[in-house]
Amino acid sequence: MGFMIYLYSILSFSGLVVLLAAGLMIAERFLINYGICRLDINAGEKPLDVDGGQTLLSSLYANEIFIPSACGGKGSCGHCKLTVTSGGGPVLPTETPYLTRKEVRSGVRLACQVKIREDIFVRIPADFLNVKMFSATVESSQVLTHDIKEVRFALDGDQEISQRPGQYVQVQAPSPDGPVFRAYSISSAAYEPKSVELVVRLVPGGIGSTYLHNVQEGDPVTFTGPYGEFYLNEDPSTEIVCVGGGCGMAPMKNIIYTLYDKWPERTCWLFFGCRTTEDIFYLERFKELQTKHPNFHVVYALSDELKPGEKWDGETGFIHLAVDKYLEEGVTRQAFLCGPPLMIEAVTRVLEEKGLHPDDIFYDDFG
Amino acid sequence: MSETSVWVIFIAAIFTNNILLTNFLGMCSFIACSGQIKTSLGLGTAVIFVMIMTTIINYAVYYGVLMPLGLVHLQFIVFIAVIAAFVQLVEMIVERFSPKLYFALGIFLPLITVNCAILGASLFMIIRQYSFLQSVGFGLGAGIGWAVAIVLLAGLRQKMRYSHVPQCFQGVAIAMIVTGVLAMAFMGFAGMVSIQ
Repeated sequence: MGFMIYLYSILSFSGLVVLLAAGLMIAERFLINYGICRLDINAGEKPLDVDGGQTLLSSLYANEIFIPSACGGKGSCGHCKLTVTSGGGPVLPTETPYLTRKEVRSGVRLACQVKIREDIFVRIPADFLNVKMFSATVESSQVLTHDIKEVRFALDGDQEISQRPGQYVQVQAPSPDGPVFRAYSISSAAYEPKSVELVVRLVPGGIGSTYLHNVQEGDPVTFTGPYGEFYLNEDPSTEIVCVGGGCGMAPMKNIIYTLYDKWPERTCWLFFGCRTTEDIFYLERFKELQTKHPNFHVVYALSDELKPGEKWDGETGFIHLAVDKYLEEGVTRQAFLCGPPLMIEAVTRVLEEKGLHPDDIFYDDFG
Repeated sequence: MSETSVWVIFIAAIFTNNILLTNFLGMCSFIACSGQIKTSLGLGTAVIFVMIMTTIINYAVYYGVLMPLGLVHLQFIVFIAVIAAFVQLVEMIVERFSPKLYFALGIFLPLITVNCAILGASLFMIIRQYSFLQSVGFGLGAGIGWAVAIVLLAGLRQKMRYSHVPQCFQGVAIAMIVTGVLAMAFMGFAGMVSIQ
């Protein structure tokens, strides 16, 4: 009879838990039911009817409006900022770390934290409304250096992506807590609407980069895009300066190829900083491009000392020194920088000394 | 059954037997949410409400279900389940019917689910063999005591923001020290009333 007590215990505890869970489910059914709410985007441009009780971010996703979000709605990345003009309730303590005082005043909110309880009016930048979800197949995966791979996707069916150089996509990667999105700049040129190519550096323990380094030819992938507010200067007399470091090559490649497709005579500088000769990639193809387009200048610099027996005829030292050496002052330029924060800081200072206006310097920093 | 009057239990739970400052229960949210008086007042109010409600429910569950079935050894796990379910339910109700209260209190409710002071109050009620009325008085008193302690600490921490705390003591370290001093100050109430 001794074991009966265990049976009783297990049965009564299970019974209690089932009862509590059932009570909660019933309560949820009646309490978390806000009916249909109106979700108004950009003052009547796109009115939607959505189920109340969900977050703004998930309602927008359900209606195929893809706001950038890296953490998947946990309120830990701060990417899903939107302006809510009315109906969003007060700013929550979970949002305040990501919002500046100015943003709070102008109604900026994190879409993943705002719950729809009534009719809500939001403003979404036009670029986000053009964002689509794409399904694609891995076409090739190529090793560029010991930790960088070039991954190329072919869009499935008759999908086409219309991107501008400097924009990025968010790739869906599996994780133990469900799918997450990670941002990668598009490295394929804008005139290739059927494919998307990324340059991915393996970050130890990184969810997105581990996934992308392991995909095989023929694997299906899903991503949303394009995102990003960079506009290439359309005036052919403006020089373009691209400065990259580490793996910050993807947007540059897109900019350069798109540029020379459109303006073969335009002047463009590419500065790329590596540590050792092992980190160098794409140099051959850019040298080849240089022979076709005499106004394209490519400068690679190595920051570490050469190992015995290695040969290198390019620049040495940090990349901002090379920028300082090659660029003369007083030319109208637009610059795009991509690399670690310290590099961005140093290069920005040099470019400003060369007479660039801060508005003409764009950057992607990955800290 | 304990013979102490409800009023004495209530006062003792706030001052002489403050659940936070003498038993050191509920320290995690006490330290984490004591940055500002406004926040701590919100959390404190939520704790008072949840504590009094869960002592009542757990009293009913213990003496109505566990005791007759001879399953008192299940009290820990059952109390936790009841507290978690109740907090969820309250969160939903508050969110639905009083958005204002929800933004003031509701966001703290998930924090309370795992607050050990709540479970502690239910367990003390059983160990000290309180009657129903005594339990209600104890739950209310313990909740108020916890809220008083967190609001006091928040006030002190707000003041400390402008004082020169040595670097190695900044943040949680100084909060712990201040809590200790606060606990010692509360020892001054000892002897006023006493409960076991």
